[in-house]
Amino acid sequence: MNAMTIAARWLAVLLFSLIGSAWGQGNLEINTPAIAALQQSMQQRHAQLAPLYGAGAVGLAADGNVAVRDASSVPLAQRGQVNALVAAENADRAALYREIARANGHPEWEADVRKTFAQRWMDRAQPGWWVQGTGGWTRK
Amino acid sequence: MNPVARLALFAATVSGAAACVTINIYFPAAAAEKAADRIIEEVWQLRQGATPPAESKPNGETK
Repeated sequence: MNAMTIAARWLAVLLFSLIGSAWGQGNLEINTPAIAALQQSMQQRHAQLAPLYGAGAVGLAADGNVAVRDASSVPLAQRGQVNALVAAENADRAALYREIARANGHPEWEADVRKTFAQRWMDRAQPGWWVQGTGGWTRK
Repeated sequence: MNPVARLALFAATVSGAAACVTINIYFPAAAAEKAADRIIEEVWQLRQGATPPAESKPNGETK
């Protein structure tokens, strides 16, 4: 085997790995039954959470969860229900982040997925909703 | 095949394989953002306009 052949082989390897990386950068896998089920569950819960976001009772936290921000804006009798809603939503969110990382073969990406979602939830929050920035809660 | 060529081929194969592994270790931030947006649109029903679509589209992402 001469030097030319070796160089050609090298080039081929390099080319293939570049193509592979470009391909891999495109999209994350999110079309799995587990992710679809979580999405569905969160979508249904959103009907109950949306008024709470609007009232400022619940806000979008910096850690990718939702959090009770101002319990006093909720009648005492309903606070337990709000806490349960928030807990259920956060459980789904945790499972969602974990499932996305797993579906893409990298369970260790979970924290990065969570961080990305935290930012996007806050960026896309509707006017009037509360989000948790670096300096505390702010109203959009 | 002489020993040097054999060694070179081995090195090429190993580093090629290593490159493939390394590439996928990095978290694909842009792809993750796209995935997040798709899921958020679904969960918050931002597509159908069931809730008034947030006009606060911050960094004008392309659709």
